[in-house]
Amino acid sequence: MRRRDANSARTAWLVVAGLVVFMLVLAGCGSSDSDSSSEELQKVGKGEGSLNLISWAGYVEPEWTKPFEAKTGCKVSDKEAGTSDEMVELMKTGQYDGVSASGNATARLVAANLVDPVNVDLVPNYKTVFSDLKDQPYNTFDGVNYGIPHGRGANLLMWNSDDVKPAPDSWDVMFDPKVAAKYKGKISAYDESSYIADAALYLKFHQPDLGIENPYELNEEQFQAAIKLLEEQRANVGEYWSEAAKQISAFAGGDVMVGTTWQYQYFALKGEGVPVAASPASQGFLPKEGATGWSDTWMLSSSAQHPNCMYEWMNWIIEPKVNAEVAEYFGEAPAQELACEETANKNFCAEYHAEEPAFWKRVAYWETPLADCGNGEEDCKDYNDWVKAWTAIKG
Amino acid sequence: MASEAVAERRSVGHRLAGLFHGRPRLQVAGLLAGPVGWLVIGYLGSLALLLVAAFWSVDPLSGLTIKSFTLENFESLVNEPVYRTIVWRTIKVALLVTLTDAIIAFPIAFYMAKLASRRGKALLVVGILLPLWSSYLVKVYAWRTLLSANGAIHWALSPIGLDTPGYGTTAVWLVMSYLWLPYMILPIYAGLERIPNSLISASEDLGAHPFTTFRRVILPLSFPAVVAGSIFTFSLTLGDYITPRLVSNDQFIGNVIFANIANNQPFAAALALVPIVVMIAYLLVARKLGAFEHV
Repeated sequence: MRRRDANSARTAWLVVAGLVVFMLVLAGCGSSDSDSSSEELQKVGKGEGSLNLISWAGYVEPEWTKPFEAKTGCKVSDKEAGTSDEMVELMKTGQYDGVSASGNATARLVAANLVDPVNVDLVPNYKTVFSDLKDQPYNTFDGVNYGIPHGRGANLLMWNSDDVKPAPDSWDVMFDPKVAAKYKGKISAYDESSYIADAALYLKFHQPDLGIENPYELNEEQFQAAIKLLEEQRANVGEYWSEAAKQISAFAGGDVMVGTTWQYQYFALKGEGVPVAASPASQGFLPKEGATGWSDTWMLSSSAQHPNCMYEWMNWIIEPKVNAEVAEYFGEAPAQELACEETANKNFCAEYHAEEPAFWKRVAYWETPLADCGNGEEDCKDYNDWVKAWTAIKG
Repeated sequence: MASEAVAERRSVGHRLAGLFHGRPRLQVAGLLAGPVGWLVIGYLGSLALLLVAAFWSVDPLSGLTIKSFTLENFESLVNEPVYRTIVWRTIKVALLVTLTDAIIAFPIAFYMAKLASRRGKALLVVGILLPLWSSYLVKVYAWRTLLSANGAIHWALSPIGLDTPGYGTTAVWLVMSYLWLPYMILPIYAGLERIPNSLISASEDLGAHPFTTFRRVILPLSFPAVVAGSIFTFSLTLGDYITPRLVSNDQFIGNVIFANIANNQPFAAALALVPIVVMIAYLLVARKLGAFEHV
């Protein structure tokens, strides 16, 4: 009996030792850093026959992929991602040719060498993209273009029009402790660290002495002020949402009355007959502080197996007719100037303010928070700080 | 050419057969290499990698891991109070769910094992297994609707002056208790079935009160089964992050791991070690209580 015990103990130690060796081997070889050359393509060649994309839901739909496949012979397979984090994570696998990245993913993708510069001269339709979408800090790094703009929109303030009267014209209903207390337990806030920017945007307007310029570039003092605002808001929040379906059920069930949202949920709730109203761009209305929003960019993976097809895709998606179709399908402003002549609803571009740069100045597109916020000092809070702070706010 | 290739192949087959012939150890090794290899490399190997990754750090901009030894993940885990709150909340709910399920499951399992007719038993087993056939997400969303401010629970309780608990830690406790109940009933049922009825009769013949019979005969004999069930309910609650995300604003360990997976895998790895350590402690306590002696 003793002998057997000793034996099995020895076996156990052997197994452990084996595991440790295995572990060290794994740890040692690690991943060799991407050896991709950052050379831009000089000429779009013949398509490689297929194309693997990562996209937001509603960006890659048969209505415009089928004609693309017929025209270029590039068979499209698409992987939808729910969050920017998920997109970055999927891009790390190196199995995709391109991604429709929002501004809170682009800088990370560039820094991790997951995407290559894009030679915009090879994308003829790029010429007529709205000029206030070109060479922006979320799609151009060190003067080099890293992608093609897809479209843009603002995050909305939505409320139940039966319960919230008069219609709010400010984020006060979410952030001002006195006003928000009226809707205690009925507020719906976005469950992502990027929501800290919504608080910063509010402070930019209401506490100008903090000196916030860009809600994604916050120094210690500004950051703490935003955190404090969110901690106060926490007591009034009925629910944080991260999946659209969760927020839809909360509004439909009467669990929340007012919150920040996207077009998708607004249209879905309208469709269900729930009495909701929102501050959509379509009604020419942003809360008076402005809003956070997104401007998405098609980027080219540095390990793309089908770069020619990806170039064809980047040109196709901003083809006037296609870009109009995408924008109307999703409910966002198109990136292509000429798309405004192709929309089914002739008033679409006016409703979404697609052609008014002044309107978009009030929308703070998602960006990745970086320590270096352009003043030469590394004193801004970076993305990791934001994630940690967000965990602490929710508690 | 073709026939030569066939001959070649056959001779390889022959040689292989010859290699294994009369070597039982080699035969066993050959048979086990697949599954054991999978267990060691795919399963334990990834756990080991997780352990190693917990000592790495991450480049704040690119999110790429820096593979040099550091304790900073564990430092922030210990020093920042929010993580203690979350870990403690998770363990508390896991214990509560386990206790709740044990209390609900035991009478049901006892009825199934000792009292129900064969038909009734079959019906009950099907009834308990049936919810496992539907999607987990559907069940959680159904609970969301039940718990909603204007949902069925509110409707049923408002006449007696009570209300739905709403979304929160209480909701997580309710939903988890519902979700994992079958995992508690089935092991207890199996355990109780193995207790011979003659033991219960003997206890009664010797004049024991039914409660004494329960306390001194049934419970000790079925205890390992309860512990087996509790391992399921406890560990499943400890690791779940979707239910808390859907019916609560409060974060559990799984939620924080999920939030860090994309930008800071080393920290997520350090956090993932917490449930592992808790589970090992739980199993050690269970062993101390004699849960594995009769198995």
